[in-house]
Amino acid sequence: MTRLSPSELQKISKEVRKDIIQMIYKAGSGHPGGSLSSVEIMVALYFGILEEQDRFFLSNGHVCPALYAVMAQKGMIPKEKLSTYTEMGSPLQGHPERTKLKGIENTSGPLGLGLAQAAGYAVFAKDSYVYCETSDAEHNEGNHWEAVMFAAKYKINNLIQIVDRNRIQIEGTTEEIMPIGSLSEKYKAFDWDVAEINGHSFDEIFMAVEAVKKSRAKPNVIIANTTFGKDVSFMEDNPDWHARTPTEEEYTKAMEELK
Amino acid sequence: MKSMRDGFGESLLELGENNPDIVVLTADLAESTRVKDFAEKFPDRFFQVGVAEQGLVTIAAGMAAAGKIPFITSYAVFSPGRTWEQIKVTAALNDVPVKIIGAHAGFGASMYGATHESLEDIALMRVIPNMVVVSPCDFIEAKKATLAIAGNGKPTYLRLARQDSPVVTKPEDKFEIGKASVLYQAKNPQLTIIGTGPVLSEALETARQMEENGLGAVVVNLHTVKPIDEQALIHFAKVTGAVVTVEEHQIMGGMGSAVAEVLGKNFPVPMEIVGVKDSFGESAKDYNDLWIKFGLKKENIVQAAKRVILRKNL
Repeated sequence: MTRLSPSELQKISKEVRKDIIQMIYKAGSGHPGGSLSSVEIMVALYFGILEEQDRFFLSNGHVCPALYAVMAQKGMIPKEKLSTYTEMGSPLQGHPERTKLKGIENTSGPLGLGLAQAAGYAVFAKDSYVYCETSDAEHNEGNHWEAVMFAAKYKINNLIQIVDRNRIQIEGTTEEIMPIGSLSEKYKAFDWDVAEINGHSFDEIFMAVEAVKKSRAKPNVIIANTTFGKDVSFMEDNPDWHARTPTEEEYTKAMEELK
Repeated sequence: MKSMRDGFGESLLELGENNPDIVVLTADLAESTRVKDFAEKFPDRFFQVGVAEQGLVTIAAGMAAAGKIPFITSYAVFSPGRTWEQIKVTAALNDVPVKIIGAHAGFGASMYGATHESLEDIALMRVIPNMVVVSPCDFIEAKKATLAIAGNGKPTYLRLARQDSPVVTKPEDKFEIGKASVLYQAKNPQLTIIGTGPVLSEALETARQMEENGLGAVVVNLHTVKPIDEQALIHFAKVTGAVVTVEEHQIMGGMGSAVAEVLGKNFPVPMEIVGVKDSFGESAKDYNDLWIKFGLKKENIVQAAKRVILRKNL
């Protein structure tokens, strides 16, 4: 895939962030913190990584405003559709649904279910790469670890998990609610190949994916360290913004910051 | 006497030969759910996921999205018991053809006690949109049902008993998902007995005995609980004017409830549901001891029949 320059990718990311804030403000609901932290991961995937035969499974479906906005930038959804997010009858459901929107591989929202589906798919899609974004908090879920063990046992080396490690969940930090500790060490112990990167750096995301494609030894995880609520100052690292709608004043301020 | 799970295992081998898209996953229960032969014959299409039922469902959903037809086996208490949300979201809402095989359903695992007796699975599965719920009654029907669900393109629950049970259907009987069949037809039927699963053998004995005593019955095999055969249910309610349903399951939410939903709307007649009355099971040497204790035997069906006939003739 021919890649855009870093400045072009950054420009797209800024537009995506604005769309996220607008969608959530208009809908009166949504999850801004995690949506904003995963922007570069999804922009990198859709504008620099995913080939025709590849697939992307979003496991933490509550960050779908980011996915919808990226798909709109990519021309997979008409831009004007974004304003229908969560409206009755809209293909842009509050959590993404496979049967309602073309391009969605898996219905998601309930946490811990995405990696297993991506792994199951990848077993029978050996000529492609199957990417799966997960959140750090969904590592609390037992179902997720069942998939981690399955992928290692069957050496599903075309599976690439990207963890949005933003360190925040609904009621506090991940380390307060249920300490995750070192995900890198955990995944190494589970016999996965591990890379840890800055999840807002396109260079680092691309390099990590390239490295994975060269080795193809084991299932792969890229721990992408990110900032919850990235680029909206009053949302950054603040768990209150897991699922909060901005007031008019907050909306104006956020859009001003994203100019 | 033969077991339904053996019928399932035999058909699965046949499917494996004929359709390269058939894959099988189990949660550490290959032997007792009768998928071991498949595993040995088709090792590339068999996946042992460990004691991990949630993974079992969700991994299979991914395989189904990739175009495969996964058959996933565990005991019904664990899947769909533990895996209800995974089934709802990743199989049914995604609308992919995962085949959930719930083994040892009903009282079949009697020696293991209440934790291993699945008396709620029909209710759990039939409330989910897109799901097909199939509950065969014997070895022959389990064989046919296994072949049929492979090709229906839908997320499907197949309920299997553990024990050897009487074979009450014939190889030449037609099996079609969603179409009830008649197992017994008295000359002048005054009531309809509708059953699902191996307790149909009790229903059959009941009908034979009652006919000797001058009370004729039709016995309907409702092997598909969803989609339910409304037409057949309404027809027999009209013809006989009284209905008794029999199932190895909680009364609440089960097959009898499904029948009541149809008849209540279309053609209400006096009706009794024979099943487990809002209680847990318990350990016993043999499932039949529990059928007696929890009221699933011929005597219980006869009593229910007498009650509906009384109300019909009021």
